[in-house]
Amino acid sequence: MYLRAKLLKKLAPGLVPLLGVLSPGVWAAEAQRWQVNMTPGVTEVGQQVYDLHMLIFWICVWTGVGVFGFMLYSMLAYRKSKGHKPSTFHENTVAELAWTIIPAVILIVMAVPASRTLIEIYDTSEADLDVLITGYQWKWKYEYVGQEGEKVSFFSSLRTPREEMANEVAKGEHYLLEVDNPLVLPVDKKVRLLLTANDVIHSWWVPALTVKKDAIPGFINEAWTKPTETGVYRGQCAELCGRDHGFMPVVVNVVEQDEFDSWFAEKQAEVAEFNKVYGETKPLAELVEQGEAVYQRSCAACHGMQGEGGVGLAIAGSPVATGTVEKHLDVVVKGVPGTAMQAFGGQLNDLELAAVVTYQRNAFGNNMGDAVQAIDVKNFKEGN
Amino acid sequence: MAHGPSKGFSRWLLTTNHKDIGTMYLWFSFAMFLLGGSFAMIIRAELFQPGLQLVAPEFFNQMTTMHGLVMVFGAIMPAFVGLANWMLPLMIGAPDMALPRMNNLSFWILPFAFAMLASTLFMEGGAPNFGWTFYAPLSTTYAPPSVTFFIFAVHIMGASSIMGSINIIATVMNLRAPGMTLMKMPLFAWTWLITAFLLVAVMPVLAGAVTMMLMDIHFGTSFFSAAGGGDPVLFQHVFWFFGHPEVYIIILPAFGVISEIIPTFSRKPLFGYASMVYATAAIAFLSFIVWAHHMFTVGIPVTGELYFMWATMLIAIPTAAKVFNWITTMFKGSITFETPMLFSIAFVFLFTIGGFTGLMLAIAPVDFQYHDSYFVVAHFHYTMVAGAIFSMSAAVYYWLPKWTGKMYDETMGKVHFWVSFIGFNLTFFPQHFVGLAGMPRRIPDYALQFADFNMMSSIGAFIYGGSQLLFLYNVVKTIKSGKPATDDKTWEGANGLEWTVPSPAPYHTFSTPPQVK
Repeated sequence: MYLRAKLLKKLAPGLVPLLGVLSPGVWAAEAQRWQVNMTPGVTEVGQQVYDLHMLIFWICVWTGVGVFGFMLYSMLAYRKSKGHKPSTFHENTVAELAWTIIPAVILIVMAVPASRTLIEIYDTSEADLDVLITGYQWKWKYEYVGQEGEKVSFFSSLRTPREEMANEVAKGEHYLLEVDNPLVLPVDKKVRLLLTANDVIHSWWVPALTVKKDAIPGFINEAWTKPTETGVYRGQCAELCGRDHGFMPVVVNVVEQDEFDSWFAEKQAEVAEFNKVYGETKPLAELVEQGEAVYQRSCAACHGMQGEGGVGLAIAGSPVATGTVEKHLDVVVKGVPGTAMQAFGGQLNDLELAAVVTYQRNAFGNNMGDAVQAIDVKNFKEGN
Repeated sequence: MAHGPSKGFSRWLLTTNHKDIGTMYLWFSFAMFLLGGSFAMIIRAELFQPGLQLVAPEFFNQMTTMHGLVMVFGAIMPAFVGLANWMLPLMIGAPDMALPRMNNLSFWILPFAFAMLASTLFMEGGAPNFGWTFYAPLSTTYAPPSVTFFIFAVHIMGASSIMGSINIIATVMNLRAPGMTLMKMPLFAWTWLITAFLLVAVMPVLAGAVTMMLMDIHFGTSFFSAAGGGDPVLFQHVFWFFGHPEVYIIILPAFGVISEIIPTFSRKPLFGYASMVYATAAIAFLSFIVWAHHMFTVGIPVTGELYFMWATMLIAIPTAAKVFNWITTMFKGSITFETPMLFSIAFVFLFTIGGFTGLMLAIAPVDFQYHDSYFVVAHFHYTMVAGAIFSMSAAVYYWLPKWTGKMYDETMGKVHFWVSFIGFNLTFFPQHFVGLAGMPRRIPDYALQFADFNMMSSIGAFIYGGSQLLFLYNVVKTIKSGKPATDDKTWEGANGLEWTVPSPAPYHTFSTPPQVK
């Protein structure tokens, strides 16, 4: 008795955290830490997929129990050390037929519901909302298409700071699964996702929405989802897409319809505000200053801090930067196919494009003296 | 006078002897196994904890790519070719391979291919970093300059494999001992014969894929570039038309090995020999018509999706028949558990688990969730490691006495087995969980909820990696100081012509063909 009490005393400090595990809040975090199964998610299709997954899982488990049970029995019952003399049989047509036909029947049992769900997943008709998703190295672009009024589109990039990845500061709760601008969707609406890519193949995956579809340059793929619960759902790019493949998460914020409407109206108002820029003529100095910031962010990695070139060609004295504005815009907006020069037309807004082109024409010893305005970029894009 | 091996390095450089070439293939593949394994150790060390610790993401991608390429093309495939070289002539009563000079060539181009591939690690821009499946345009427009060397290396590997397979087909078809009809051949000969046909059929397709890449990169074509009117998805179709038969190229010889070893240690003939042959042929046939199940998420039409799902599910039938046959061979036998048998039983157990997850992956609507997650990584390592590599370990222990004339240390063999078995499962079983919970493959860093299982996985990988050094030690010790295996027939229950020649097998065997009744 005394001994047991002493033992308990010794173990007590160890037991406290163990008891803590049983409290509900900690338990939820623990459940996520030790999550071993697929999520049914928040869509009807997701539930069907989950049920299929579990059906097949249990069929495999029970088949496994039978097969491995038979194997274990044979191993134990017919050991040589028990003195068992080997039989000599080596054929049995009935058995062979049985283990061909029985698996075939089980397969049909699986194939029927699987085919039904698959056909449903492929039915992308009658959507309430269309979103065009474009994969970039290494971020996503979301564009709400078919809406009245101003066009709403934005980029969504990883928000986790580099210091967290480098283990210099503690990692946040949603480490690597957090973005600056999440995709916002209304609840209980069928949303059609149109997927494509700008450079290499990406794959848009959100487990809780039961969508994984490749985003392929030159193709537009279709998928759909209909979340039935509001909340924040997180996922990642699933197709290896280069260096930062592990760092392009997907975050979807599913909200009530009225909340979505007001968010969307706000976004449209921002666009309308921005569009005023097309009426302005900015002075050269302002464009150069703004362009320098864009250049350092988007161009310097390949073309060098001083425009001296690197992976990309030199900007200093380049025939493009010292040639016509039209050719210069063509290269920057559309990229150069077959090279690493990306099309920046969709990645930077028209003011940023105008600024960076102006900067390149008036820096690194280039001295063209011309100021390209946002409206010039807009006209170029529209073919005027 | 009897021809013995010549002396020194020229023996190995100029040899046309199937045993010498087999030995070289086996040592080469083991060296590649350690190289590919060390890449895996770097991967698992980086993934030991969340955060970027040891390597940069660029280098991490090079490691996953090189690990896959070296293991598939450098370790597993040459290992089975080496086994075929050593064993097929002995099993079918032939004096040597049918085309001995080509045999020499097909081996000796391999070290150059892999030296070139490994050298890309030191090139500017680094080694290939686009995954062993090298999907375009990541592997073309966006690839590092070393991709050209990768393409040349793949061409050489392909040429080597094609020559090796032609040799195997010619040997099995023409050099069987009198009385050995096709349906009397050991199952290992059958599985290799079918594998060789698969190789001859699909290696040129791989060569075509990499040649199209080369054209896109250097000669201005646009096979895989959408901007030039090409099609990135075409690449995947071509690749997997090679890639799916490739996984059976890897596993069918393993089936052959297991079908030799289980009857020996069960002291009972293989159950359902004929059905094993037909099942192998059925699997080989099906392997050609299921390739797009690797591409369920690329957006093929629903009819195509349904077809590939159903066709893939069919593979379960012949594969299940094989598993049932192995177990029924053990049923009512007289079983002992030497190291080769332990590895074979583990093979049946773990490969079947890999088969179950394979069946789950075949179900297209659910595959949308599994695809490109760690669930897939777990699945194919159950088939590649517990399948191909375990069967190779079994084969080495099983035939080592015949090759060297020395007996390995049984206790050390068993230690190697148990450490491998535990290490393997600790590595790969938790990967099912993180995959289902949403962890994509090929990422150098991960969200916090995956941390615990990843740490487990890394610990398992270090254990499994370490156990292979034990394997090397066992084999070297056997060669240097093993007890002589004086018996021609090492194992009580062994059957087959290879056990009728002395141990170690003389340099030339079956100069006079044996008579098979």
